[in-house]
This record gives sequence, C-alpha cells and structure tokens, in this order.
Amino acid sequence: MADTFIKIASVTVGAGGAASMNFSSIPSTYTDLLLKISARTNRANITDAISLSFNGLATNQTSRYLEGDGSTAVSSSLTSFRTLASGNNATANTFGNSEFYIPNYASSTFKSASSDGVSENNATAAYAWLVANLWSATGAINQVTVTDLNSATFVQYSTATLYGIKNS
Amino acid sequence: MATTYTPIATQTLGSAAATVTLSSIPATYTDLVVVVSAAVASSSGDLLMTFNTDTATNYSYTTLTGNGSTVTSSRSANRNNIPCDYNGWLATTLGNHNCIISVMNYANTTTYKTALTRSNNAPLGTDANVGLWRSTAAINQIVFINNAGSNFIVGSTFTLYGIKAA
Repeated sequence: MADTFIKIASVTVGAGGAASMNFSSIPSTYTDLLLKISARTNRANITDAISLSFNGLATNQTSRYLEGDGSTAVSSSLTSFRTLASGNNATANTFGNSEFYIPNYASSTFKSASSDGVSENNATAAYAWLVANLWSATGAINQVTVTDLNSATFVQYSTATLYGIKNS
Repeated sequence: MATTYTPIATQTLGSAAATVTLSSIPATYTDLVVVVSAAVASSSGDLLMTFNTDTATNYSYTTLTGNGSTVTSSRSANRNNIPCDYNGWLATTLGNHNCIISVMNYANTTTYKTALTRSNNAPLGTDANVGLWRSTAAINQIVFINNAGSNFIVGSTFTLYGIKAA
C-alpha cells in the first residue's frame, strides 16, 4: 500500500536564526495536513506567541482557545492563528511544541484547524493551549508560514515539519 | 518499510444522513484515529459516538472546554454514548468544525476502551474530551449521530485510520 502519512518538507533553523519558517508549493494531492513545530525565539521573555498564515494571508482568521498556566485556566478568542514557543528567558535548551491538524486543506470550504501547543519552563510562566482555528477562505492551502508574533527571531534548532495525510 | 498509518475507510456523504457508521474494522491495528469534518442541516448539536452495536448505558465522559470567555469542565457517567464535543459542537456550515478522535488499543479484549477527542468550532469553542466504553470487546464499528437529530449534510467527511505499533 502506498504511504499515507508523508513528510512534505521540514525546516530546521540554523545558527543565524530565522524570522520565519515557510512551506510553499504545497501540493493538493493529500487529504489533510499536519504541522509539527518545536520553537524557541530570542524574545526577552519566558514564553512567546507564534502565528500561522496561509497562502501569504493573515486575514480571515479566527480562533478560540483554552489556556492553562499551572494555576489558572482561561478561555478567549483571537483574530489570528497562534500557538506557543519558548522565549529567550525560558529554561535553557527548552523549546515549545505545537501541532496543527488541518482536515481537507485543499477543499473549497472554509478551513478549520485543531491545534495544541505548550511552552514548558522549569519555573513559573508555562502554558498549555488548546485552540480551535478557522480560516474563512475557500482556496486550497498551498503555503504555510510560521512567524513570531512579536517580531522576534526563531533560534537555532527550532524546527517545523509539514506532513501530508492521504485517506486512500 | 511497512505502512504504519493506514486509511481503513472514508465516508464522504453524497446525500444527507442521520447516522454515519464505520464498520468492519479489522483487529489488525494497534490504535485508531478518526478525523471528522462535518456539518448538520439545522439545529447544531453534539457529535455523539458509540461502539459496535452497544447503545446501552455503558459510556461515560469528561470534558475540558472553552467558549472564548468561560472555561468549563464537566462529566457524565452511565450514558448511552460518548459526546465528542461540548462547546465546539457541529456547525451548519461545512468547514467550520473538525473533530479528531484517538482510540488506543482498540482491539484489546481484556481492557475497557478509552477515546480521546479534540473538537473545534472556532466561532463557538474548543474541547478536549475523554470517553470510556465499559466493554472488553474489540471495536469493530463506530457509529456517529447528532444529538439534535439533524442530518449530517452532503460533503461531510468521516475518515478512519489504523496505526500499527510495528
């Protein structure tokens, strides 16, 4: 049987850091997309927020999230796709992890995504997010760009890997 | 290398349906994953799940959910089904909702079956649920309905994957 869980592309940030991690020319031949991110930035903070855009557009995005920080749980909404990274002041060698699952990314309907993200820190200020995301656009996703919401830089060893999943 | 993440079945509705059944699930995998991208005709409601032909009160669930302003955790025992969502329930617009369901060790005949579900409907909320089916039978069928009694609409998709540990 043909492979049905396939790595499309992977980005690993080098010594110079990177402003974004980008996936372009995504074929429409899969059913779903899965993006896995391991990220740390040079933002002078324990945690950082990173954003996702599709096809070069950051518009028509809504999300509703559930957040826990070890003592408090909150829920709120945003007009963007966001997840978590570790910032420069987090425990050394620690990277935040996130995963976005996008069903039917090439369909002509709106695109919803399920995402979970964490930024652990062996001290205070660590977060876990569960997020419902919606891109209210009907075009097929052919590009995914991961950037830092606070204009910081991804540090070396940050990675993002895009997988395609086929239903047949 | 052997394939370890395998599509078992996909249902893309060509006509509206009150029930979607993924049947004849072989016992040859280790875990199951179901990806649902669905909408209902009217009266948005919860995506409910049962296993095999069991509709008795052998199910329970716990949810952790946010609706954009309030965080809730709730549970219910001795139910006829497992709700896959809470705030992030089914929409009437295709594309707004998704649900990813994981059932580990689904074919084990000595343990009860636990399902993890993540449901999302960005205009409404996001949910993480855990459901328990108090049966040691191997899962060979998964049935989905909408608790508001509305049909799943044309274009709704339900895809079942099997994952092998080796």
